[in-house]
Amino acid sequence: MSHLYEKTASDLAGLLRSGKVSSVEITESVLSRIESLEPAVHSYVNVYPDLAVSMAKKADEDIRRGTAKALTGIPVAIKDNMCLEGRKTTCGSRILANFRPPFDASVVRLIKDERMVILGSANMDEFAMGSSTETSCWGPTHNPWDIERTPGGSSGGSAAAVACGQAIVSLGSDTGGSIRLPASFCGVTGMKPTYGAVSRFGLVAYASSLDQIGPFARDIRDMSLLLNLIYRHDSLDSTSVEIGHSDFTSLLDNSVSGMTLGLPIEFFCKLTNEDVQKNLLEARRIFEKQGVKFVDLSLPSLDYGIAAYYIIAPCEASSNLARYDGVKYGHRAEKFDNMIDMYCRTRAEGFGQEAKRRIMLGTYALSSGYYDAYYLKAAKIRTLITQDFKKAFESCDAILSPVAPAPAFKIGEKIDDPIEMYLTDVFTIPVNMAGLPGISCPAGFSRDGLPIGMQLISSHFQESKLVQLVSAFQRETDHHLKRPAI
Amino acid sequence: MGLNSQSIDNLIVTSILSSLGKMKITLEQVDYVSALGRLALSPDEKTKFMGQLDDILKYMDTLESVSTDNVEPMAGPVELFNPLREDLVRPSLSVDQALANAPSSDGSSFVVPKIIE
Repeated sequence: MSHLYEKTASDLAGLLRSGKVSSVEITESVLSRIESLEPAVHSYVNVYPDLAVSMAKKADEDIRRGTAKALTGIPVAIKDNMCLEGRKTTCGSRILANFRPPFDASVVRLIKDERMVILGSANMDEFAMGSSTETSCWGPTHNPWDIERTPGGSSGGSAAAVACGQAIVSLGSDTGGSIRLPASFCGVTGMKPTYGAVSRFGLVAYASSLDQIGPFARDIRDMSLLLNLIYRHDSLDSTSVEIGHSDFTSLLDNSVSGMTLGLPIEFFCKLTNEDVQKNLLEARRIFEKQGVKFVDLSLPSLDYGIAAYYIIAPCEASSNLARYDGVKYGHRAEKFDNMIDMYCRTRAEGFGQEAKRRIMLGTYALSSGYYDAYYLKAAKIRTLITQDFKKAFESCDAILSPVAPAPAFKIGEKIDDPIEMYLTDVFTIPVNMAGLPGISCPAGFSRDGLPIGMQLISSHFQESKLVQLVSAFQRETDHHLKRPAI
Repeated sequence: MGLNSQSIDNLIVTSILSSLGKMKITLEQVDYVSALGRLALSPDEKTKFMGQLDDILKYMDTLESVSTDNVEPMAGPVELFNPLREDLVRPSLSVDQALANAPSSDGSSFVVPKIIE
């Protein structure tokens, strides 16, 4: 390990504090790595070398003055749906191609207050709708482990960047698995915190009752540092919850002996990929060696998670995307006959196929005559899923499950078959429906050398259990230390 | 979004299938929903969406087999309440900031097509 871009945030923070390296040097190492890999990987929509270096210089001043914080000087990528004041925030969509927010997202403000170094905006599926980062109007991101494959989505750029050294840590967002899936496909650690734990102010909304911002990192220690920073109440987000938390890094050495993990049979009976099965079985053995007990659980409503999600999320999206009308910001069509025509052409020109499909689906499901059969029904299923999880956590500390049915698929393989694509999210979606925290941690590799993640889910605001469990796992394994050969 | 005869043919075939009751979604519904969603669709898009939405809606049929009698719907994962604050003036966007991304403005307002003819 000779390059600065390969090191963890924790190691770099130590080097910065002891004056062995400067933030400018770290930043330049990462920027040069970005430049050399972007033609192949395309993790970023926009990279800001000027901004990054100026932020690094300020970080170095803080470090010299002795006022540095835990992540001061560490380069971070943010997903292109988090408002970065004065810089293009496009959400992977033509309709916002030239949109420059007049304010920072709350998490961006936290990053700036911490004096981290913002590298740029990471590529994503358009408006976070997708599981492969293929619907970005700027072109797909390629998986650094095999560039013919997707990195997962919708936070594919954020995950890929951390995996191959184009960022030390990053932020993504997760509505149905959009952090956990790319974390699994790219061999990094990614978490979706409890709904309400991280502010959504400045996160461009896709499905407001499901969206959450969360961290990507190469190990649980780095993730805990970033989680400490963003996990807090924000009065600008009316769904933000007033909840304190202990320093997540203080949990990293805790024993997990005596904890119980649940295995939902509805998930495991759907798993047919031998590599994923093998790795999950091995994960179980490693946890058992550390004194963790296992119980089988049944959560029958999990079987309906995908159908319910693909009603609720498009319904909420059809409402959230109604604001893109060419009036106040974003693309406006040049030719139109009247106001309504302006809306229709603006949106037809600005949105990609997946966004249009979900707007159509959501509008249909909410329209009078169909609201009861679809949206209301799905909202009741949501209650059943939440109740099933609540009951499950009476007999376990956390649930272990696969993240994805298989390792990363090839670019182009599923994009023309929406249902095939939607089924990728079968294990991640129910977690968002219930608002629970979920983490994806590297659990091994397929025979082809592709990363495979495992998911741990805990009860609301019990991220501390997830941190402890993943830390114990990463003490005994080295999957999270492997890097792609690119 | 050009019209060509192949696009129109595909649309006609799909439309016939739909009216024969073989699909859950009709062309009229696609037109109605796209108008509600303020989306202008090309004939190709209409055909494609009719087919895809039909597949998706058929997949949703699995929900019919779940009993949800006496189950309350959830709007979101947390107990929703309105966090109120005092009605005090706080810093906000300036006019220039608000107009900065305007597709068309006169310096103090957004300029849009006439709404009422």
